[in-house]
Amino acid sequence: MRWLGVAATAVALVLPAVLGPYALAIAINVLFFAYLGQAWNLVGGYAGQLSAGHAVFVGVGGYTAAVLAAETGLTPWIGMFVGGALAAALGGVIGYLGFRFGLRGFYFVLLTVAFAEVCRIVVSNWERVGGAVGFYITFTGDPRRLSFQDDRAWYYIALALLVVATGIAAAVERRRFGIYLTAIREDETACEALGVDTLRYKLLAMMLSSFLTGLAGAFYAYRYSSLQPNAVFGVPLSVEIIIRPIVGGAGTLAGPIVGSLILTPLGEASRALFGQGGWHGAHLILYGVLLVAVVLFVPQGVVPWLRDLLRRRSA
Amino acid sequence: MSLMAVGLSLIFGVMRVVNFAHGDMMVWGMYLAWLLASRVGIDPYFGFAACAAVLFVFGLLVQRGLVDRIVDAPHEMQILLMLGVALILENTALLAFGPEPVRVRSPLAAATWYLGPLYVDVARLLTFAVALVLTAALYLFLFRTDLGRSIRAAADNPYGALVIGTDVRRVYAVAFGVGAACVGAAGALTAPIVPFSPSLGLSASVASFNIVIIGGLGSLLGAFIGGLLVSVAESLGAIFLAPSLKELVSFSLLIVILLFRPAGLFGKRVP
Amino acid sequence: MSALEVRGLAKRFGGLQAVKDLSFTVGEGEIVALIGPNGAGKTTVFGLVSGFIEPDAGEVTFRGRATRGLKPHALNALGLARTFQIMRPFARLSVVRNVMIGALGRHADPRAAESRARAVLDEVGLAAKAAQPAGSLTLAERKRLELARALATEPVLLLLDEVMSGLNDRETEVIIELVRAVNARGTAILLIEHVMRAVMSLAGRIVVLSYGERIAEGRPDVVARDPRVIEAYLGDEA
Repeated sequence: MRWLGVAATAVALVLPAVLGPYALAIAINVLFFAYLGQAWNLVGGYAGQLSAGHAVFVGVGGYTAAVLAAETGLTPWIGMFVGGALAAALGGVIGYLGFRFGLRGFYFVLLTVAFAEVCRIVVSNWERVGGAVGFYITFTGDPRRLSFQDDRAWYYIALALLVVATGIAAAVERRRFGIYLTAIREDETACEALGVDTLRYKLLAMMLSSFLTGLAGAFYAYRYSSLQPNAVFGVPLSVEIIIRPIVGGAGTLAGPIVGSLILTPLGEASRALFGQGGWHGAHLILYGVLLVAVVLFVPQGVVPWLRDLLRRRSA
Repeated sequence: MSLMAVGLSLIFGVMRVVNFAHGDMMVWGMYLAWLLASRVGIDPYFGFAACAAVLFVFGLLVQRGLVDRIVDAPHEMQILLMLGVALILENTALLAFGPEPVRVRSPLAAATWYLGPLYVDVARLLTFAVALVLTAALYLFLFRTDLGRSIRAAADNPYGALVIGTDVRRVYAVAFGVGAACVGAAGALTAPIVPFSPSLGLSASVASFNIVIIGGLGSLLGAFIGGLLVSVAESLGAIFLAPSLKELVSFSLLIVILLFRPAGLFGKRVP
Repeated sequence: MSALEVRGLAKRFGGLQAVKDLSFTVGEGEIVALIGPNGAGKTTVFGLVSGFIEPDAGEVTFRGRATRGLKPHALNALGLARTFQIMRPFARLSVVRNVMIGALGRHADPRAAESRARAVLDEVGLAAKAAQPAGSLTLAERKRLELARALATEPVLLLLDEVMSGLNDRETEVIIELVRAVNARGTAILLIEHVMRAVMSLAGRIVVLSYGERIAEGRPDVVARDPRVIEAYLGDEA
């Protein structure tokens, strides 16, 4: 399996040379959302804690980096990590509240959505950071301020992020931390009886995940030169984040990547086909259908299904 | 609002299926009512029955075709399934009706009455009255009819119900359908009061979860009372804070309730 | 120093007094059986002792340490392990992974934990099934898996909750032997059991519970003849 990853990375490294600008933009999105999905995967896939409000970390990360840059001139390269840290702190709060009070499954989902919405509404009404209209980010084209003329720079940043996140996930998978998480997903009570401090590990997963997601916030803000509370805290973004790992295979290393490879181009295609009137909802219908289909027919996701298929063929 | 919550409580209480699509079903109820009103000329206060019927069938189909297949699957799957349905519903509505808010005008409700020092919006009064009647009807159905009793029995003890020969699958389907019908009716009845657009779906779903959790899962009375409470709280919120922060109240309330009293006021089941 | 000391333990659930003023000890290396008719509160006692339930009154002392407020995982780290009456395997994980979860508490390196886990699987006779998903095991195998997981945490006191229910004679014998071997290494055992044959052959001492109260305690042959015990069981059948 590992050589596959190396090969894929090698291919990815040279891809920009052959892609036209439109394809390149899509490729950036594939990588970026795969990264987001991988970050979510840590807490949603491996640990099995379904967070449907993960966009809130993107929002916190993005706004932090952008506002800091505007008010103090701090370069977004550093602001990105401050945003990530803040996102991790928020993740810690949400996680602690949720896990300490024993919220599982549906209740935890609701909690995460509620927090995301609260943040969205608060930011929408906060005039200082732009309110509902959003925070305006001037395009500077200055690499030191996380702004690039050439899309290829974004491509390589996204690729780097994805490689790092996947590396982290792989490391987690191998260590006690990851093994504990997969057991926590199965049965927390049994884990407790076997000496696993479930609160601590769930919290760790949550904070790691939210940190990484927070980093993506700065990427989002400066790549798209816009920060709108509805876009960056809202449920549609959360859906975008979770659907790739879920379709691809939650709790697997390749899941978010495969999921993004499948869904991002599909989303783009449907957006191109149906996207009149300036709203982008059509691809969400597709997501809905896919979500239903996956749950019914391939509940573990595409990657485990493929793995099973290959195993049965070779047996 | 209460009616919707009762519907949700029914679905959740009976089947432990979390219906994320609830709000979006209601929005479809609203749009159906609008369609009836603008194309066919039927007033929502009469048309709600049709909306309820359509959504009943929809609920039945969803249950039979989708939910039934994964009754034994882990909860996350059910959540994701209904999330998928919600996405489909919300965005087809967007596709069909556009994102702009829409209002239904009911000639029946155009007047305002004066009751002493207060003036009452007839529309809201009518909605409340009909909702009350429907809730009473639902109560009768659940407590007085055989089918209703089967539903409640299945909710309390699915295996026991199986043992005494209840067709549990059918009961589940009906329960889901009734829940959906409630929500459809709720939609139609609320349509004359508020402007609505497809994006209402999410906040509606969350609001109804709010209500159900506050009132207590599995308890219909709780859902009804919860609905009243939450509506009052929201209205108060709208008065004291800026109207746009009204949703903030309900979400914050949800967080607090989730943390401290997930069983709600009348809940029979602790998660 | 005794392994476990329970004094004046009490717990109420709503209107039901599940456990009332219960006191008993389990000495180091002892095997004590907790028996009583259904609903006597035995599993509640396990929950209270292992940190899953908070007592209303009374104290639990484990190896000389008061356990109030300690979470189950902390107690496990101190050397207390339990199995569950309704088994909880990590169904999608492999058998060896299941046991590793227990072993990782003592051996943080996954490779060390894995070899320890395999050793335990050998001991309970599940080594052949190490790679299979736990969900695919038979009932008897699951019981052994449950035991293996708890053993992997290297406990000083092992709480076994009806680990022999639902097994045939031969399978029961296997478990009895396993328990005896574990005890021979110095691990104290507190077991809840309805299978009287196992109780009689394993227990050095029996504590009898009825409606949350201790009604008898002593050596197996003495307890078996105690009229109050007989009445508690027969009265339950009547």
